[in-house]
Amino acid sequence: MSKHFKFKRGLDIRLKGAAEAVLKDAPVSGTVALKPTDFFGLVPKLSVKADAQVKAGDALFFDKYHPEILFTSPVSGTVKAINRGERRKILEIVIEPNGKNEFRAFPVVDPLTQSREEIIRLLLESGIWPNIIQRPYGILANPSITPKHIFISGFDSAPLAPDYEFIFKNDQAALQTGINALSKLTDGSVYLGISPKQANGIFASLKNVTVNTFEGPHPAGNVGVHIHHVSPLFKGDTIWTVSPQAVVFIGRLFKEGKLNVTKIITLAGSEVKKPQYYKTIVGAELTNLLSNTTKKETHERYISGNVLTGTKIDPDDYLGFFDQMITVIPEGDEYEPLGWALPGKDKFSASKTFLSALFPQKEYVLTANIHGGERAFVLTGQYEQFLPMDLLPVYLLKAVLTNDIDRMEQLGIYEVIEEDLALCEFADTSKIKVQEILREGLNIMMKEVG
Amino acid sequence: MKALKNFFEKTKPYVEKGGRYHWLHSTHDAFFTFLFVPKNTSKSGTHIHDYIDMKRTMSIVVLSLVPALLFGMYNVGYQHFGALGQTDTAGFTEMFLFGLMKVLPIIIVTYVVGLGIEFIFAQFRGHDVNEGFLVTGILIPMVMPVTTPLWMIAVSTAFSVIFCKEVFGGTGMNVWNPALVARAFLFFAYPAQISGDTVWISASGIGKMADGFTGATPMAKAAMGDTSFDLWNAFIGLIPGSIGETSKLAILIGAFILIITGIGSWRIMVSTLLGALFMGLLLNTVAGDNSYMALPFWHHLFIGGLMFGAVFMATDPVSAAQTAKGKWIYGFLIGVLAIMIRVINPAYPEGVMMAILLMNTFAPLIDYFVVQGNIKRRLKRANVKA
Repeated sequence: MSKHFKFKRGLDIRLKGAAEAVLKDAPVSGTVALKPTDFFGLVPKLSVKADAQVKAGDALFFDKYHPEILFTSPVSGTVKAINRGERRKILEIVIEPNGKNEFRAFPVVDPLTQSREEIIRLLLESGIWPNIIQRPYGILANPSITPKHIFISGFDSAPLAPDYEFIFKNDQAALQTGINALSKLTDGSVYLGISPKQANGIFASLKNVTVNTFEGPHPAGNVGVHIHHVSPLFKGDTIWTVSPQAVVFIGRLFKEGKLNVTKIITLAGSEVKKPQYYKTIVGAELTNLLSNTTKKETHERYISGNVLTGTKIDPDDYLGFFDQMITVIPEGDEYEPLGWALPGKDKFSASKTFLSALFPQKEYVLTANIHGGERAFVLTGQYEQFLPMDLLPVYLLKAVLTNDIDRMEQLGIYEVIEEDLALCEFADTSKIKVQEILREGLNIMMKEVG
Repeated sequence: MKALKNFFEKTKPYVEKGGRYHWLHSTHDAFFTFLFVPKNTSKSGTHIHDYIDMKRTMSIVVLSLVPALLFGMYNVGYQHFGALGQTDTAGFTEMFLFGLMKVLPIIIVTYVVGLGIEFIFAQFRGHDVNEGFLVTGILIPMVMPVTTPLWMIAVSTAFSVIFCKEVFGGTGMNVWNPALVARAFLFFAYPAQISGDTVWISASGIGKMADGFTGATPMAKAAMGDTSFDLWNAFIGLIPGSIGETSKLAILIGAFILIITGIGSWRIMVSTLLGALFMGLLLNTVAGDNSYMALPFWHHLFIGGLMFGAVFMATDPVSAAQTAKGKWIYGFLIGVLAIMIRVINPAYPEGVMMAILLMNTFAPLIDYFVVQGNIKRRLKRANVKA
């Protein structure tokens, strides 16, 4: 039964530098790396040493508390370095590809004929499992739990986000196989949310899945919003979420019998010369891609992911495990004389306090500048405008700040992760670090409730 | 500008912790950030931030107050020359300048006292100086009678900033609207200075009032049974009253600015006025011989501080209800109570200040019920879906 949901709340931040629908092979990346820090709450244990030879699909490290969850090499080659940070925390496992495309072989099977255990075993061994995220908390899924449902969002509504219809246009068969596999993992349904624009696209025609449409500004594409409206999460519920990219990886595993994690990403943002799509691989080194595609006119900020939830990276860093885009914006680390008092024709704001409110179609350059100092909660009714859920975000955050577990639970902390409240942080007059506070709350809940 | 920036950047190390002039840190920071939006960039969380900040927000509120303030200055002069019986001979400029000279000292005293205290507290707490007082500092003069001695303004401002705001933890933590607390302080500490017929008009230098001139506000007259005030003058604002409250037209311009920019809550403004109209209508139906109760219900909008209170006072986000539903209830009750106190209670000539302060007190309770409602509604969904 397909349903249509329409939201008014939310905001599309109109940034300059959206990608054109042009696909190029990314310049060959020197090395590839997996970063344990991409996985929230993970304590990694190494299964390889430096200089070891690995094939694509061979384990590099595993989860200390769930040793069956493996993280495998995307390519064949040599383990070049294991980079550690403070207190010997593992930051990166760097692989130097040998160009031979050797891979660990897995059986080519039709997932519909396999048992749940069989599918889970394959996903765990191939290293695709960490693509499956568990709600509440947005952490790695626990393979011993059967989730109530599985949710997939078929579109990304974040600023400058890639067009999934474009990047997956050749992956329809893999998507279908992936969904077939996922459908065996839950006793409930696999839900796929799409935007009305995709009514005739590749996602709408997928089978074995319940398709709902979600119309409205960002965060309409967030899977958390879909869950809230289709099957809200309460204490004790578990739902898994999977990105379409991960569904494709799963599909390829069953169809090709190997780990194939090539993916198409977007390079976008106001500082990119020609924003477009690139074909690359999970964990690719970005040096070559970023060396001559950006304008270099100002101090630039590189983000793996989108401007709301992405991670700040250096241009010689690696693509994040889950990230589907690289955004480049100006750093904006300059003083602005009387900035708060100017009319602000070029200042994008969710409020209507700048002249820019009169130009609803214009696209803007936004820098990483915070534009003001942090204050206490003063304005009210602001956050609610950006969250299409029946939740009271300010009260939830105050419950976190006062460490009140019952209250957090009552106010719906299980239903949200950082990305769902990212717009509140963007628009906040008081410049409060909403995502940081929410993660603190999720940590408390994980520790106290589990 | 560049020289200024260099000055502030160079002096910064001296006011940092451990620096020789650390006691000036908040002051340094306040002036620096006033002149220059800081160059701080996002370290965690969202990489981009909205251009709006507290300074922008508060400056929009100040902007929305300007029409009422300017008109208030003019009206001070107008009433003064009216008392002299010289409204025909004195020109616009003369009236405005007279008002300016009367009002400006009040504003200056409020700012110096209020901001001084804010700076000191910010320094002690290690916080940035909050912008909230920029608004409070204009609101306080606007709700005072023009004849209030400056020392009283200073005392009530100090009382309000210290006991209504700082002891609760500063901006964002206060329970009551600071500007109204300042007025309430004056009202109870020096009642003679804020009620009666003589305080609303600056009569300095006037030996004898013009014949037939009383100086009573239309509301005071109405309370005495004389409801024959001129609606048009009350709308434009050419009536005696507190400095900023008289011109409903100027207040509506302010309301327009607040609503169109989304800074002020239209829910509170509308519901407050609805509540007042509702109560007025109710009083009309039971009025009998009482001519004040029989005052056509919508005339209440034109007298006293109702409009000013609804637009600028009840909407203070910190002391008002915070949930959307709560705002409707909160505003409506302010309107009802304001008219009830105004008409029925003989001790207080005006009820808006009391009504808002009372509802400030109850706003958290209203919100509590709205939040519980949300929790219950969501729990119900859980049980249905399970």
